[in-house]
Amino acid sequence: MQWFWPRDDSKYYTTITKSIPLHYYLGLSAVLFAIGVAGVLTRRNAIVVFMCIELMLNSVNLTFVAFASFMGDISGHVLVFFVMAVAAAEATVGLAIVIALFRNRQTVNIDEINILKW
Amino acid sequence: MSAIFLIGNFFTIAFLYLILQAQLLAVLQIVVYTGAIMVLVVFVIMLLNLGDEKKLTERFDIKKVLGVILVFGFLLEMLYLFGISEETRVYAGLNPKAVAVGTVESMGKAMFSTYLFPFEITGLLLLASIVGAVVLAKRRL
Repeated sequence: MQWFWPRDDSKYYTTITKSIPLHYYLGLSAVLFAIGVAGVLTRRNAIVVFMCIELMLNSVNLTFVAFASFMGDISGHVLVFFVMAVAAAEATVGLAIVIALFRNRQTVNIDEINILKW
Repeated sequence: MSAIFLIGNFFTIAFLYLILQAQLLAVLQIVVYTGAIMVLVVFVIMLLNLGDEKKLTERFDIKKVLGVILVFGFLLEMLYLFGISEETRVYAGLNPKAVAVGTVESMGKAMFSTYLFPFEITGLLLLASIVGAVVLAKRRL
């Protein structure tokens, strides 16, 4: 917005020298990812499985943003934007599938949805 | 209850984005993830009207325990790799450019110049997902 008024943002913030180190962010995202995977493998409710998938996507987003902020690159933020858009699209279709499934089988227990099993 | 806690988790991650000086992504996280996706999940939970999960035969399933053990091993391996790697020691503090990188302005500049093609394709993808969701959830085609 340089055409709006001459702005000099650097007097509103100071440069950052100390922050939470990078490996803490990576460790947190690894733990969140592992919790998401454990939830997907363990729980039987289809909606809870879907929420654990969203948790995994969020942990990956956190990794991208941490690296982008520590390297000063914009690519991480842009990729997180696209991952969020794809997650929204997948949420819509996934929940529509769950609703259609519930309408036919009256259950969202994934152990009982086994028509394709031999 | 899991949905409420997941909303709290998304708020926490949004605050972490704010600590990392990613302002646009923090707001987008709250608006898109918490405000749209979790609202959709809560609506589906309300519409399905499930009631309490029946815990009558909660057998001690050995497969679940084995799965959790394997996931724990995977977590230990990831933590080891993140501790060993070079980048976590090279990048000691936040880059001084990080504040300028996280603003709406710089993401807009990057999105419309370098990443224009994925941006348009994402619009197409969202259209396809909306049409698909409407068709899947209709009672009578």
